[in-house]
Amino acid sequence: MLTRKIEILVGSFLLVGLAAFLLLVFKVANVDVQSSDSSYQLKATFSNIGGLKVRSPVKVGGVVVGRVSDIELDPTLLEPVVTMTIDKRFNQFPETSSLAILTSGLLGEQFLGLTPGFVDDDIAMLKDGDVISDTHGALVLEDLIGQFLYSMGEDK
Amino acid sequence: MGLVDRIASLGRSAIDMVAGLGRAGLMLWGAVFRVPRIRKGTPLLVKQIYVVGVQSMVIVLVSGLFIGMVLALQGYTILVDFGTEESLGPMVALSLLRELGPVVTALLFAGRAGSALTAEIGLMKSTEQLSSLEMMAIDPLRQVIAPRFWAGVISMPLLALMFTAVGIFGGHLVGVEWKGIDHGSFWSILQASVEWRQDIVNCLIKSTAFAVVVTWIALYRGYQVIPNPEGISRATTQTVVQSSLAVLALDFLLTAIMFG
Repeated sequence: MLTRKIEILVGSFLLVGLAAFLLLVFKVANVDVQSSDSSYQLKATFSNIGGLKVRSPVKVGGVVVGRVSDIELDPTLLEPVVTMTIDKRFNQFPETSSLAILTSGLLGEQFLGLTPGFVDDDIAMLKDGDVISDTHGALVLEDLIGQFLYSMGEDK
Repeated sequence: MGLVDRIASLGRSAIDMVAGLGRAGLMLWGAVFRVPRIRKGTPLLVKQIYVVGVQSMVIVLVSGLFIGMVLALQGYTILVDFGTEESLGPMVALSLLRELGPVVTALLFAGRAGSALTAEIGLMKSTEQLSSLEMMAIDPLRQVIAPRFWAGVISMPLLALMFTAVGIFGGHLVGVEWKGIDHGSFWSILQASVEWRQDIVNCLIKSTAFAVVVTWIALYRGYQVIPNPEGISRATTQTVVQSSLAVLALDFLLTAIMFG
């Protein structure tokens, strides 16, 4: 009976080890296994994405509704195209909605702020694969300082 | 005691060292590179995973929890000065995954399981159990050394993963529950900065390498023991000292290769 007890303990040891591995992979490294039926994808082009990364959050009024799933450069327009995966529960965004790249705090992580637009009779809702056209790129601190210095020089 | 004698003793110790390395290599070769016998080998392996892995679990889990909590507390007091206490998550997770998880687990393993392996095999050798096995035409390398070696190599990466998971939970306890960092930003910044390939796979590679080194040293020290009480005590001490030093040096090398 002693061997049986040892076998059970060793089996649970291996299971706990496997559980720790899965926990690290899915909770800590957050490897995505999101199925396509619980989410849908939207695209948007920006002039400049700043420090936006894959897996950066997409927020509406500060609440996370999805994540950036892909960032690539359009080879002909030479503009960055950002693909977002949005939770299916939030599928009521009108096509007049706008996107802006915002920063949490002065030096924090960058995220996408989605602002729902107005709803009218002839305005459709955004669905899978749609492109949001009203976008505001990231504010680049160096550009701002450059413009500021330039306008200071003009005043004199 | 002339100069010639000293040169001779220097030469003798050099020869001993090389011969020792050779014997250790032969022992590992004999234990590992044999055709495994599944039917007879598995029960021995299960028994050894119990002794080496399951019995080390408590010390590894408790140390993991406390190290995670201490890391979070120390990190918080520094990060809060810069207003970036949300970065506590990646700090705790990355230092545990990349360094502390594999290294501290290996050090604890050397103290908890390595010393026990050396003492057990040393006593088997002193009481001539290993020679009796050989007289009964049972290969002691296969019967005694191999299951213990594989048990160590299987157990330690699992222990390191458990250590890291519990440590991150400890960091979460201190950071989120006690110090009041926002739960969502703690996890989202943590998840954004931990990479599957870079961090988790390297954590596994490191702890497997440490497992080979620590178990090998422990088994060799026991196998080559001078068969008397003093010899066993010295072999046990040597196991802990040598495997700790080997782990720390190897860690630097692996870190330089992986992240350098």
